[in-house]
Amino acid sequence: MEKDPGKKRIKRRRWSKDDSQLSLLALPTFVWYLLFSYLPMFGVIIAFKNYRITAGKGFLYNLLHSAWSGTGNFVYMFKSNSFAILLRNTILYNIVFVILGILIPVTLAIMLSLVHSKFKSKVYQTCMFFPHFLSWVVVSYFVFAFLSADKGILNHVLEAFGREPIQWYMEPKYWPYILIFMKMWKGVGYGTVVYLASITGIDSTYYEAAVIDGATKWRQVKYITIPFLKPIIIMMFILSIGGIFSSDFGLFYQVTRGIPASLYNVSSTIDTYIYNAIRSNAPIGMTSATSLLQSVACCLTILMANWVVKKVDDEYAII
Amino acid sequence: MFQKNKEEDSAYKLNRISKPTNYLFNIIFVICAAVAIVPFIFVIMISVSSKQSIAKWGYQFIPKNFSLDAYLFLWNEKHTILGAFGISLLVTILGTIIGLVLTSSMGYVLSRSEFKLKGFLTWVVFIPMIFGGGMVASYVVNSNILHLKDTVWALILPLAVSSYNVVICKTFFKTSIPDSIVEAAKIDGANQLSIYTRVILPISKPLLATIGLFLSFGYWNDWFQSSLYINNSKLMSLQAILNNIQKNVEFLANNPSAGLSLQEYKNMMPTESARMAIAVLIVVPIACAYPFFQRYFVSGLTIGSVKG
Repeated sequence: MEKDPGKKRIKRRRWSKDDSQLSLLALPTFVWYLLFSYLPMFGVIIAFKNYRITAGKGFLYNLLHSAWSGTGNFVYMFKSNSFAILLRNTILYNIVFVILGILIPVTLAIMLSLVHSKFKSKVYQTCMFFPHFLSWVVVSYFVFAFLSADKGILNHVLEAFGREPIQWYMEPKYWPYILIFMKMWKGVGYGTVVYLASITGIDSTYYEAAVIDGATKWRQVKYITIPFLKPIIIMMFILSIGGIFSSDFGLFYQVTRGIPASLYNVSSTIDTYIYNAIRSNAPIGMTSATSLLQSVACCLTILMANWVVKKVDDEYAII
Repeated sequence: MFQKNKEEDSAYKLNRISKPTNYLFNIIFVICAAVAIVPFIFVIMISVSSKQSIAKWGYQFIPKNFSLDAYLFLWNEKHTILGAFGISLLVTILGTIIGLVLTSSMGYVLSRSEFKLKGFLTWVVFIPMIFGGGMVASYVVNSNILHLKDTVWALILPLAVSSYNVVICKTFFKTSIPDSIVEAAKIDGANQLSIYTRVILPISKPLLATIGLFLSFGYWNDWFQSSLYINNSKLMSLQAILNNIQKNVEFLANNPSAGLSLQEYKNMMPTESARMAIAVLIVVPIACAYPFFQRYFVSGLTIGSVKG
């Protein structure tokens, strides 16, 4: 990657004993990458094949003897009814998550940094961070405790106010809000701590100078805190934009309790579709095509987001 | 860090937010904190409600009748539950160790600026951050080529390394370990392997703690790998049991104690509270461990935010 030829000549030297030792040290992880990251990349060939299983033969035999289908799998997928729904759900939810996932934590972090008592602020942090460490399976039981139609506490409350109980798991109209709420419930604490860590890293002399100049707290936040948070906000933004075609699988699959048919339109995403297809032994070529398309789309969006950020300010790009 | 807080305090004192605003903020945060914690307390309460209480009044924050039946039930099925607990523990410990070794060794190698293959390996680590083969291809590779299905390795290996962690390690080694230490060790005749194990790792404990904690929480919480790759009931982790509880409560009931028919046994089971009890069983170790490790997480997040 060195462009300067003069520099390159100085850098060029023989393969040393150090290099061998370091290579050896890197070997296990390198092998891991080959097996678990790069081998699947070649596995995408399945997307272009009419993969058929011949009993008793190995996977490679099957792959080699399956007919090429060209773009057949992709065409089929685009024509299927659910594709539009999957794409819409995946993208719309993610857009909301990206926006709220930056706005709420940044606001809370700034507020938390201003709370007088440092001890209280620590306690709040600890509590809010807690949901981040739970798996979606566990969280789905938390949700069930509130939303269960006959035993859940929300329906008890509704009844106490003389309202009709609601069959939550049958009513699609509430779910966009429930899903967004749960995503925030689990993620906001983590984001808050990330931003708070950077806020405490800001040199306090800036604030002192601002105070001497008579700046109000609000102005300090606007002209010191937020500009300092900008790099990390942008980094988090690029990372989350890169995931816009993939979804938080556990959220959609577990919180809805396996995506019942009644909620299919509001809670199925590309990932849940692929997962169900794998588990139900659907034609693997088609599923693989969806999966490949998702990877390519993610790759393109992350490169694009990075490119845009680079145009605006080179400093903030991650690549 | 505390020193810094104090300094900042003095700066803030000159121009803090007003008392009423402070009250308002505190109220908001008390609500946020409660929203985060209360569901867990609620689930604990359900797990100690009696079967009759749940049948009659549903889930309640303060159950009318307390009962430890759910936990007794799990204790009576300790054969299965302890097995699952053991699998969770094994996967967590083994996975964390393997993950730490693989991640930190690669991070160290990439932090050596004079290393010849550095450029190549950097790309090897970087490309998967942007592009992956996708769920199907990984599934096919893991189950048909590597034959990991129904082995404990299917739960461990695919999650062991993440490029993000490798980059964090590399950045840490590069910024906080002076080259002179490595040079000095080299002059003393140490080879790279012993420099890595005897010099670098011992002085990188904060980093190892952070990455290790992230890995172990990830392994403890994983249910996805089991749901894809594990059919053998002996290899079910706690998360897998909870994930498939409908099936598993029956599975637990398939070994009724002597003198009871299967149906009688099923009727006796505190199904509702038993589910919540398993959830509690999963969360309690996390809830106990994490406040102690929180500072590592915070420092880890700060390390991670340094651009690599």
